[in-house]
Amino acid sequence: MTGGTTVPAEIEALVGMAQYEQVGEFPVERGYIWTTCASVENGNPLFWDEEVAEEVTGGPIAPPTMVSVWFRPHHWAPGRSAPHLPLQVHFDLKERLGLPEAVMTDNTIVFHEPVRPGDRLRTHQVLRSVSEEKTTKLGTGRFWVIDVEYRNQRHELVAVESYTGFGYRRGAQ
Amino acid sequence: MTVAPTLLWSSVGKGDTLPVLSYPVTATTVVLGAMASRDWRPMHHDKDFAVQHNGLRDIFLNTPNQAAWFERYVTDWTGPHGRLGRVTFRMKGSVFPGDTMELHSVVDDTAIDEVSCGWAELSVVLRVADEEKTTAAVRVALPVDEADNPWRRRGDQWRP
Repeated sequence: MTGGTTVPAEIEALVGMAQYEQVGEFPVERGYIWTTCASVENGNPLFWDEEVAEEVTGGPIAPPTMVSVWFRPHHWAPGRSAPHLPLQVHFDLKERLGLPEAVMTDNTIVFHEPVRPGDRLRTHQVLRSVSEEKTTKLGTGRFWVIDVEYRNQRHELVAVESYTGFGYRRGAQ
Repeated sequence: MTVAPTLLWSSVGKGDTLPVLSYPVTATTVVLGAMASRDWRPMHHDKDFAVQHNGLRDIFLNTPNQAAWFERYVTDWTGPHGRLGRVTFRMKGSVFPGDTMELHSVVDDTAIDEVSCGWAELSVVLRVADEEKTTAAVRVALPVDEADNPWRRRGDQWRP
């Protein structure tokens, strides 16, 4: 870690590249839909009433804001050797830039085709930008923007998420 | 069976406010939300970790679960025909067990797009006491009349 303010060339080279293409570890399932709705007491009949779902959305769908959930792996899976981290580009940046702490500041989700139980989503991540070093009340570090594009098994776009992260060192680190 | 739209685009205007949602957050709220979004990071279930490692007073609501709260808040207002197009969150502070969170919203604008889809643009704020913890700009499609349904839009007829 140089501690300088310019963005290292090897990081700059990643900007715009599709990385970590992957297929979801499991299909979209109603159990997690209901668990999520229960966690926020969401009574939208689209998720609870088969007839309403059939008429309004052509069958059951998942809450749109759950799109990233389908890529967060279970805590353990047989044969998985390394911990599997969602938003790997974010963790790569922390590691490669020597920034042990990180927070997400902004998150935009644009929704397209509805996600349905049984869908097997696929995704990739694109680093859009990395800032020079900045100091905030949290510490000194860099802001970065990562896009995550989601498609279903029919290759239809279901959502694009853009995350702004701030990786930093606390004052004493 | 015919499900009538709860809220039509024509009945919504700039400056309208949504009913306030008030909710007492407990450790269960935080842990349930983290588990529902498969977020196993310890600061969302282990108070010792949150205090000692993150320097915070307690575990706190994670971002994906806050997104679920915002969605629930907006669709409580729109009913099932409301279809989210775009949400931008800005996290400003953490929400802890013991907090009473309040969601407030105002309609910033309404519009009909080039393909005749009706949109409302909302500013939504999650507050604890008078402190803004998270804000969200929400773009949501509403039926323009009783026969319209934004969920039927596909391809270039859907412009979120």
